[in-house]
Amino acid sequence: MKKIVNDPNQVVQDMLKGLVAAYPESLKQVPDTTVVVRKDAPVTNKVALVSGGGSGHEPAHAGYVGAGMLDAAVCGETFTSPTPDQVFEAIKAVDGSAGVFLVIKNYTGDVMNFEMAAELAEAEGIRVEKVIVNDDVAVEDSSFTTGRRGIAGTVFVHKIAGAKADKGGSLEEVKAVADKVVANVRSMGMALSPCTVPASGKPSFELAEDEMEIGIGIHGEPGIERKTIATADEIAEELTGKILEDMDYTSSEVAVMVNGLGSTPEMELFILNGKVQDILAEKGIKVYKTFVGEYMTSLEMAGCSVSLLKLDDELKELLDSESKAPAFRI
Amino acid sequence: MELHVAQALMWIERTNEKIQENKEYLSALDQAIGDGDHGINMARGFQAVIEKTSSSEYETVSDVLKDVAMTLMAKVGGASGPLYGTAFLKMSMSTKGKESVSQEDLAEAVRQALEGMKQRGKATEGEKTLIDVWTPVQELLEQSEDLQPEEIKKTAKDAMEATKNIMATKGRAAYLKERSIGHLDAGSVSSYYLFESLANVLEEGN
Repeated sequence: MKKIVNDPNQVVQDMLKGLVAAYPESLKQVPDTTVVVRKDAPVTNKVALVSGGGSGHEPAHAGYVGAGMLDAAVCGETFTSPTPDQVFEAIKAVDGSAGVFLVIKNYTGDVMNFEMAAELAEAEGIRVEKVIVNDDVAVEDSSFTTGRRGIAGTVFVHKIAGAKADKGGSLEEVKAVADKVVANVRSMGMALSPCTVPASGKPSFELAEDEMEIGIGIHGEPGIERKTIATADEIAEELTGKILEDMDYTSSEVAVMVNGLGSTPEMELFILNGKVQDILAEKGIKVYKTFVGEYMTSLEMAGCSVSLLKLDDELKELLDSESKAPAFRI
Repeated sequence: MELHVAQALMWIERTNEKIQENKEYLSALDQAIGDGDHGINMARGFQAVIEKTSSSEYETVSDVLKDVAMTLMAKVGGASGPLYGTAFLKMSMSTKGKESVSQEDLAEAVRQALEGMKQRGKATEGEKTLIDVWTPVQELLEQSEDLQPEEIKKTAKDAMEATKNIMATKGRAAYLKERSIGHLDAGSVSSYYLFESLANVLEEGN
């Protein structure tokens, strides 16, 4: 393992110190926690958004804390969901008495820890609502499994629900729009190389020089299929094709996100995006806005994900409204 | 068969030793079908548990179990934190007010722990999770008269090994479907360590 770390068991604390120091005008850390909140938290009478998960997905989630997006991000250990007490601290730190909305990615641990925190908050009289994001089409959605994972499409939920709350939406209204985003967003990812969690020191899986893993999540876990590496165009076809198979985007307008997983250069993401745009154009799907870059990474994993969000007028307006989050400025 | 405060503390110490010794093995098991952090998380959690329990004074088994629960919940994270945290919390609540814990009390405590975990994880038996180890152990505790600790160990071990042939439908391994077959469930292995340690402590107490 070759990494710029001190004690592998202290990476989250060390990261938070540097993160908050990088954005002193917009972020602050709640003392003795792994919670990052807006500098001006709590905002009175505004529904507060809390999200989070394991660390290692930077800029998710703390990079999305700011006016117009999240009020707090709870940072767990690397790839490990934060504990209920930490999520509870976040809820308390941002509650502006209009209620707190939790954005949870559909991983067993995240769901359990956030639900326990919600129970603790409700016991103290704080109103809490939640949405569980499950945009990953790589895994089958069946009643026999835990359901689909939440991956990069979660950033659209942060943006749009955050905008709704910023405009004075009630807890119910924020929930309704977040549910709408979840119903209309789909993603799929692939990896060219694994990543190394600092505390374990070993790559999360092994991939031969000529292999790629299709349908990976964002925790260095294996995907659904391993095959010989293809061209950028073929990868774009496979990822986009699977998304279009899952949801009918015919004659709709979409937001596109081509997300890098940590060590894929923008050059390659742009190459991929070029083909994604061609595919959508061929299908008569109109692209309203495109985001290319690193939004939800897996440490230094090489690879990417593609997300499509079907838009209506309300979602377009909320997507376009101002965000002051360090990693997502509009 | 009785469990007193000293034995409860010993149980936790032994479990911690097993977890620390097998930290990398647990992570490797998890890496095959999950995300590879089970060993790291459990080792971090139990290390914190030992720091807490070794610096505290206890009058009841219930208080020991409660500190274990709260520490695991606050330090483990992932899916294991809420599940093991819930298990110990339920066992603490179930044994509250008892000076010593009999086999009957233990059976009831494990039953409530199991119920709590099923509810928390929305899981049931046969899904390749730690529930598959806790269920047969609970049944054994409830049904056997004059139970020998060796039987707890064997039941937990067999159940743990049986998870190898199950296709996961809960937890992160569920995403792999058929590819999850042939691998042990990491949570079942850590649960086996827990029951193996319990059996060893009970054996020494007899």
